[in-house]
Amino acid sequence: MDNRRWLWPSLLAALVITSLMSVSIGPLQISPTVSFHAVMNWLTPLDIGSVAPHEQLVINNVRLPRTLLALAVGAVLAQCGAVMQGLFRNPLADPGIIGVSSGAALGAAICIVLIPQGGEYMVALSAFIAGLVTTLVVYRLASSPSGTSVVLLLLAGVAIAALAGAGIGLLTYMADDMALRDLTLWQLGSIAGAQWHYVILSLIALALVSWQFNRSAKALNALLLGEAEARHLGLDVDKLKLRLIVLCAIGVGISVAATGIIGFIGLVVPHLVRMMVGPDHKQLLPLSAMLGAALLALADIGARSLVAPSELPVGLVTALLGAPFFIVLLLKQRHRLV
Amino acid sequence: MQTDSLTPALEVNRLSVRIGHKPVLTDINLKLQPGQVTALLGPNGAGKSTLLKSFCQEVALDAGEIKVYGKNVNSWDRQLLAKSLAVLPQHASLTFPFKVREVVEMGLYPLTLNQQQGKRLVDEQLEQVALAHLKERSYPTLSGGEKQRVQLARVLTQLAQSERPPILLLDEPTSALDLAQQHRVLALARSLAHEQNYAVIVVLHDLNQASRYADRLVVLENGCIVSDGKPSDTLTPETIRQVWHYDPVVVMEPGKQTPLLF
Repeated sequence: MDNRRWLWPSLLAALVITSLMSVSIGPLQISPTVSFHAVMNWLTPLDIGSVAPHEQLVINNVRLPRTLLALAVGAVLAQCGAVMQGLFRNPLADPGIIGVSSGAALGAAICIVLIPQGGEYMVALSAFIAGLVTTLVVYRLASSPSGTSVVLLLLAGVAIAALAGAGIGLLTYMADDMALRDLTLWQLGSIAGAQWHYVILSLIALALVSWQFNRSAKALNALLLGEAEARHLGLDVDKLKLRLIVLCAIGVGISVAATGIIGFIGLVVPHLVRMMVGPDHKQLLPLSAMLGAALLALADIGARSLVAPSELPVGLVTALLGAPFFIVLLLKQRHRLV
Repeated sequence: MQTDSLTPALEVNRLSVRIGHKPVLTDINLKLQPGQVTALLGPNGAGKSTLLKSFCQEVALDAGEIKVYGKNVNSWDRQLLAKSLAVLPQHASLTFPFKVREVVEMGLYPLTLNQQQGKRLVDEQLEQVALAHLKERSYPTLSGGEKQRVQLARVLTQLAQSERPPILLLDEPTSALDLAQQHRVLALARSLAHEQNYAVIVVLHDLNQASRYADRLVVLENGCIVSDGKPSDTLTPETIRQVWHYDPVVVMEPGKQTPLLF
């Protein structure tokens, strides 16, 4: 109970601080005060002043979309991870690990290479469709009347990721130089060069999944009892599952389309939150959203400052941090996996 | 809603269930009234658990129908049905570290209560199963018996707003419990039936428990009802020999009408 009281304000503070850091740090150093003024200038019609035009320009066109994209995608991925873990009744489910992100990336790759004139929304749409199909396939493969099996889930994820990897490899072979660059970025995940239309799309996805997931928080709790038990409590389990799967596919699909594959946020964040406040989805979902947003923004700051003036793809940073965490998790759960 | 006091809580008409090609239940007819504990008995594979599952739509019916308060169970509104009919599962595999209180709160799902009313109800039900002191404990750390009682508290919470006498289905509720707890749970089931007019239907293996706590016994063999009635009429040496292939010594509990078997 005490945990919950301090966690909300501290996460909110972390979110604000990380966002300010994210708009301040970069090749052009802008002081946090100036950044704050610049953001206020952008947000409100007031002219607070003391911001040089070139600083305002950098913030408006580069730093702000980048920061907002990191926040939105982090929040979406963390919530999708939390919901998938609830849906599969398994704390190891994550869009990356079970192959959904790879599926979505394949969808995006198909669009980039084969329909180059399709434009960004086409890419987002095909990433979403491919993500949805992958989620449904993995879900079918891993489900049995007694629940979902972790072993099957991970194996299905491996198989799907391998298949998607082969598909992307084939497309890479066929691609021209322009498409090749896009494809590589896709697989590593990057927030660099964030564009406003992707920011808006991601924010819409964030609003949609946050609203819908939070509406289902109580039902998700009940679902953890088991499908039969949830049904006895009056839940329409099949409808609920389908709705949540589609929403996860929308969230992950749009995230992948906007930034490529960013792994482990969906796995690590809900875990950390659960360790602090327990598994109740009413707390877990909003807190995961906040922590996911802050963590991805932080990882992105790392991505652009660790090897400055060059840049690391942010997916690399999250994988470097997340993969060891996943291994620890596996070791802790070893006795339950068989 | 007004219900005729003669409308049975559960009515089973010509029910048949197959799993694969194997008939599991054949032509079952039953009427179960509120205010009674009915025990479903039979050897392993007789179909008693399947019968219980068919009451809560967990198995597909091959033929026949099941009515809850006169209305086909499939045409009930899900949430409305959940308020009047609840199931205590045999194993509840909840591995996420919910607190005991949070597990019981899941029973509030179909109800329309404000936060304070919900909290009070959850406290009452935890009191009823004597687990109020474990309220803030993590569920996966409990013993099997304690888990079972937490689930019972959840299920009773679910039934708190029933518009009709609630129907409580218990699937081998005593399998994980020690002797004292077994009697405690069954005594609670009996008092719910006798004092609060619940219709309690319980699958049991222990014939003596059934004899002591149930008002009515339904004995199944190979998916058919072979005996149905008061314990003293159903637990006869002939029935037991025929169904369980076992030759019992039957004595009457001193001063009561309950047969005891050895």
